[in-house]
Amino acid sequence: MNILSLFVLVPILMMIALFFSRDMKTIRTVMVAGASILVILATALTVMFFQERAVSDAEMLFVSSFKWYPSLNISYTVGVDGISVAMLCLSAIIVFTGVFSSWNMPMPKEFFLWYCLLSVGVFGFFISIDLFTMFMFYEVALIPMYLLIGLWGTGRKEYSAMKLTLMLMGGSAFLMVGIVGIYYASGHETMNLIEIAQRHIPIEFQRWLFPITFLGFGVLGALFPFHTWSPDGHASAPTAVSMLHAGVLMKLGGYGCFRVAMYLMPEAAHELGWIFLILTGISVVYGAFSAVVQTDLKYINAYSSVSHCGLVLFALLMMNRTAMTGAIMQMLSHGLMTALFFALIGLIYGRTHTRDIREMGGLMKIMPFAAVCYVIAGLASLGLPGLSGFVAEMTIFVGAFQNTGVFYTAFTVVACCSIVITAVYILRTVGKILYGPIQDKHHIGLPDAAWYEKVSVVVLIIGIAFLGMYPSGASNLIYDSLTPIISKLALL
Amino acid sequence: MEYSILIIATPLLMFLFLGLLGGKMKPKVAGIIGTLGMTLCATVAYTVAYQYFFQIGKTGDTWTPAVPINFEWLRFTDHLHIDLGILLDPISVMMLVVITTVSLMVHLYSLGYMHGETGFQRYYALLSLFSFSMLGLVVATNIFQMYIFWELVGVSSYSLIGFYYTKPSAVSASKKAFIVTRFADLGFLVGILILSYYTGTFDFANLTQDNSALVVNSFAGKSFIGLSLATWALALIFMGGAGKSAMFPLHIWLPDAMEGPTPVSALIHAATMVVAGVFLVARLFPVYHFAAPEVLTMIAYVGTFTALFAAVIAITQTDIKRVLAFSTISQIAYMMVALGVSDFGGHDGLGYMASMFHLFTHAFFKALLFLGAGSVIHAVHSNEMHAMGGLHKYMKITSITFLVACLAIAGIPPFSGFYSKDEILAAAFHNHQAIFWTLWVVAGLTAFYMFRLYFCIFWNRPYSPHPLTPSPQGEGGHHHKPHESPWTMALPLIILGVFSIFSGLIPFADFVSSDNQPFHTHIDWTVASMSILVAIIGIGTAFVLYFKESRQPAVLAQKMGVLYRGALHKFYLDEVWMWVTQTVVFRYICKPIAWFDRHIIDGTMDGIAWTTQKASTSIRGLQSGQVQFYAWVFVAGTILIAALVLFL
Repeated sequence: MNILSLFVLVPILMMIALFFSRDMKTIRTVMVAGASILVILATALTVMFFQERAVSDAEMLFVSSFKWYPSLNISYTVGVDGISVAMLCLSAIIVFTGVFSSWNMPMPKEFFLWYCLLSVGVFGFFISIDLFTMFMFYEVALIPMYLLIGLWGTGRKEYSAMKLTLMLMGGSAFLMVGIVGIYYASGHETMNLIEIAQRHIPIEFQRWLFPITFLGFGVLGALFPFHTWSPDGHASAPTAVSMLHAGVLMKLGGYGCFRVAMYLMPEAAHELGWIFLILTGISVVYGAFSAVVQTDLKYINAYSSVSHCGLVLFALLMMNRTAMTGAIMQMLSHGLMTALFFALIGLIYGRTHTRDIREMGGLMKIMPFAAVCYVIAGLASLGLPGLSGFVAEMTIFVGAFQNTGVFYTAFTVVACCSIVITAVYILRTVGKILYGPIQDKHHIGLPDAAWYEKVSVVVLIIGIAFLGMYPSGASNLIYDSLTPIISKLALL
Repeated sequence: MEYSILIIATPLLMFLFLGLLGGKMKPKVAGIIGTLGMTLCATVAYTVAYQYFFQIGKTGDTWTPAVPINFEWLRFTDHLHIDLGILLDPISVMMLVVITTVSLMVHLYSLGYMHGETGFQRYYALLSLFSFSMLGLVVATNIFQMYIFWELVGVSSYSLIGFYYTKPSAVSASKKAFIVTRFADLGFLVGILILSYYTGTFDFANLTQDNSALVVNSFAGKSFIGLSLATWALALIFMGGAGKSAMFPLHIWLPDAMEGPTPVSALIHAATMVVAGVFLVARLFPVYHFAAPEVLTMIAYVGTFTALFAAVIAITQTDIKRVLAFSTISQIAYMMVALGVSDFGGHDGLGYMASMFHLFTHAFFKALLFLGAGSVIHAVHSNEMHAMGGLHKYMKITSITFLVACLAIAGIPPFSGFYSKDEILAAAFHNHQAIFWTLWVVAGLTAFYMFRLYFCIFWNRPYSPHPLTPSPQGEGGHHHKPHESPWTMALPLIILGVFSIFSGLIPFADFVSSDNQPFHTHIDWTVASMSILVAIIGIGTAFVLYFKESRQPAVLAQKMGVLYRGALHKFYLDEVWMWVTQTVVFRYICKPIAWFDRHIIDGTMDGIAWTTQKASTSIRGLQSGQVQFYAWVFVAGTILIAALVLFL
C-alpha cells in the first residue's frame, strides 16, 4: 500500500471506529490515536521523502495510480513533492491539535465523524495529482463544514454556515468549469496534472480558464472581494472547525491557485497575473485595516487571516522562486499561527462566554498560561524573528522585491506596510484583553488552560518556533520543489 | 575566538531557563541565577575585548575585523542569504563591553530595587532576553541579522516597558513604543530591500570594503523622484535608526517608555537600545559617506534640532525620569550630529570617533543617573521633583554618585563627559559653525537642567513627604524617613561612578576610528574652554535658582509664558500623534474600510442571495402542482408558438 493513501485511509478507519464507539472515553481514545497516527505518518513521510529525493529526481514521488472512471480518464492518482509534504505535515498537526481543542464537545460522536470526513477531504486534496480526484476531495472537505458550523456553532450559525457554503460552492462552480475546460483544452486524454503540464494549453483557452480557476480557488484563499464568508464563518464556527478551516482549508485555496491555475497555465498567469496582484495587494492592507477596528476576537483574527492569506496569493503572483517559497512558508506559518489563535480564543470564550474585547481585561492575571500563549501567537503574527511569521514574510518581501518594475516595487512596499498595521491590531487586542486591570469581576477565579488545551497550544507553539528558528529545512524542501514551475515560467 | 559565542548563548539560555522554569523557583533564586549568568557573560565579553584589542585585533597598524562564527541561516536567492554570526571589530567589541557592564550593573541593582515585586522571575527572564538581543545586534555580521535582533530588542523593550501590565499607562506606553519604532522599522526594511536588491548582498564587509565601491557602483546613475536611489535607501535605513534612537519627530515614545521599571530605563532607554540607531549609522558609515553624503548632512541637521529641542523640554519637566529621558534624547542627538559632521579617514574622521566615544561615556553616566534616580524613587516613592528636596542628608552615596554623573554629563573636566563632548564640539566646529553654536548652547542647557535636577532632589528645601503623593507603604499617613538603598543598589552606583569619572581618560582614537587606523587627538583648548565656560554658566544659573528654595523659578516660568508652556507640554507633539493615529487612521481610514466591507462588499453578497431568494419565491407559484394550470399553460404556449410561426 502506498504511504500516501494511508492519509485518507486512517481518517476513514477512524470514522468506522467512531461509529462503533459508545462512550466519550472510547471516542476520545479513537480520535487521539488516529490523529497521532496521522502525525507519525506525516513525520515518516517527510523522512522518506528526503531519502527518496536524494536518489530520484522525478517531479512527484511515491506516485501510484488507479483508473476508476476510464471513459473520462479519471483516475485516483497520488504523488507528492516537497510542497505537498509540507502541507500534509501542517494538516496533520492541525488535525491533531484540533482534537484536543474540542475535548468537551456536545454530541461528540457526530462531531468527530464530520471532523474526520473533513480530514479525509483535506488530506486527499494534498496527495492528489489527478484534477478530478483533487476536485472531489475539495468538495468532500467543504460539505462537512456546513454541518459543523450549522450544528455546533455559536451566534448566527445558520446564516454563517449557509453563507460560507454557498460562497465556497460558488467558487467550486467556477472551478468545475475550469477543470473541465483544462481537460478538453489539453486534448481530453488525461486528468493527471503532471501530464497536462507537459502538454500545451492554447493561450486563447488559458486566457479565460486561468481567471476562473484562480478565482475558484481564490475564494477559498480569501481573495478580495470574495472574502466575506471568512469573518462570519470563523466567528460562528466551533473552535476546532475554525482551526481546521483557517489553518488548513484556506491553504487549499492558495495551494490550488499555485498547483492548478499557475502551474498549468503559466502564460496566462504571466499575462493576467497583474489583475489578481492588485486584488491581493488590496487584500493585504484592507484586511489589516479592517482588523484594527473589530471588537470580536474572532473577527479580528478572521480579518487578519484575510491579510495574511492575501500575502500568500500576492507572493505566488510575484512568480519568482524566492517569493513563491515565501508564499508556501506563509501558508505553513499562517496555518499554525491562526490555529493557535483560534485554539486560544476558544479557550478564552469557553470560560468568559464573551469574545468582545471591550468586555475583557486583565486576563493575564487570571489565566497566565493562556495569556502568555496568546502573546506568543500575537508576536508570531506581527512577525517577530524566531517565530514563523518573520521568516515567511521576509522571504516574500525579499522575493517580491526581486521583480523589476515600479508596479511590482510599489505593491511590495504597500504589502510591507502591513507589518505596521498588524502590530497595531495585535497590540491593541493584547493590551485590551490581557493587560490592564481586570474588567469583569466574574472573571476572577476562572481556571487556566486544562491539560488537553495545553497539549494543543504547546504543540502549535513548538511548530511555530521550529519553523521560525530553523527555516532553512522548510525553505529548502519548498525551494527545490519549485523547479518545474520556475522552469516553465522562465521559458516565457 | 569561538568562545565568543558564549556572550550570546548565555543570556539566551538564561532567558529560556528563567522563562520556562522561573515560575517554579523562589524569586530570589531566579534573580541570583540571572545575575550570575550575566556575570559570566560580562567576563567573557571582557576577555574577548582584551584579546581583541591587545592581542589579535591589529594587523600592522590597522584594526581588522574578526569573524569567529558565521553560518547561513536562511537562503533567499543565489546571492541573498541571511547569515548569523559574530563580527568583532573595534566598535562591536566596545559595545559588548558597554552592554555587558551596564546590564550586569542593572541585574545586580534590580535584586534590591525589584525586591518583592510580583513577576520578579519574569523580570529577570526578560532582562536576559534583552541582553541577548542587544548583544546579537551589535555583533551582527550583516544588515539582516541586525534587523532580526533589532526587532527582538524592540519586543524585549515592549515587554519591559509594560512590565507593570495592570497599569493602563504602562500598557499604552509599551504599545506606543512598539508601534512608533515599528513604523520606523518599516523604513529600515524597505531600505534594506533596496540596498540588497542593487548590491546583491547583506554583508557589512562587502558593503563597506574599498570605500563602499560596491554600493557606489551598483547605484551609479539610478535615481527616483530626483534623488539618487542610494540616498533613498540610506535615508530609509536611517529612519529605522531614528526610530530606535528617538530622533525628532519619532522621539515621542521614549519619554512614555519611562513607565517601565527604572533599572530597565537605565539599561534599555539610556545606555544600550536607544543608541542602536547611532550604532547602525556608524556601522554603515563608509556607505553613508561615499554613497550618500547628503544623508549624513541630513542626519547632522536632524540631530542638531533634536538636541536643542529635547534640551529645552528637559528644562521644564518635573518628573525626574522624564527629565532624564529628554536628556537622553538630547545626548543621543549629539552622537548623531557627530556622525553627521564627520569626514572619513584619519583625523578627518574625528566626528566618528567622537560619536562612539560619547556613546561609550554616556552609557555609564546616564545609566548611573537613572539608577540614582531609581534609588531616590525607591526612597520617596514618587517620581515628582516637588516630592523631593533635601535628600542629601539621608542618602549620601546616591547623592555623591549622582553629582559625579551630573558633572560628567555637564562636561566638567576631568569627568568622562568632558572628553567625549569636547571631541564632538571640535568636530562640529571644524565642519559647520551653526551646528557648533547650537550644540554649544545645548551644552549649557544640559548643565543647567541636570543641576536643576540635582539641586531639586538633594538640596533645595528640607525633606518633607509631599502631601499630594502619599507613600504607598505609609499607611494611615505615617511616613518613614528616606534612607540609603541596600548594598545591591549602592554598589552598582559606585562602580558606575568610577566608570563615569575615568572612562574619559581612555585614548579612544587609538581604538576606534572611521578607517580603522589609529590616530592622535589632542584637546582643542579653544573649543574646550568655551564648552567649560558654558557648562559653568549653566551650573551657576541652576545654583542660583534651585540650591535654596525660592520663588524665582516660578516667576521666570511666568515670564517665559508661551515658550514655557509649550516646552512643558512637549510642544504638543504627543497630541499631534494622538490626532493622527486616533482620528485620521482609526476614524477616517479603518472605520470606513470596515464599514465598506460589512455594508458594500458583504452587502453585495447578501444582496445576491436575497435577489435569488426573492426571484425564486416569486416564480415559485408557477410550480403549483395543479394539472389544470399546467395544461392551460401548455395549450397557451402551443397557440403562441403556432401564432408566431404562422405570422413571422
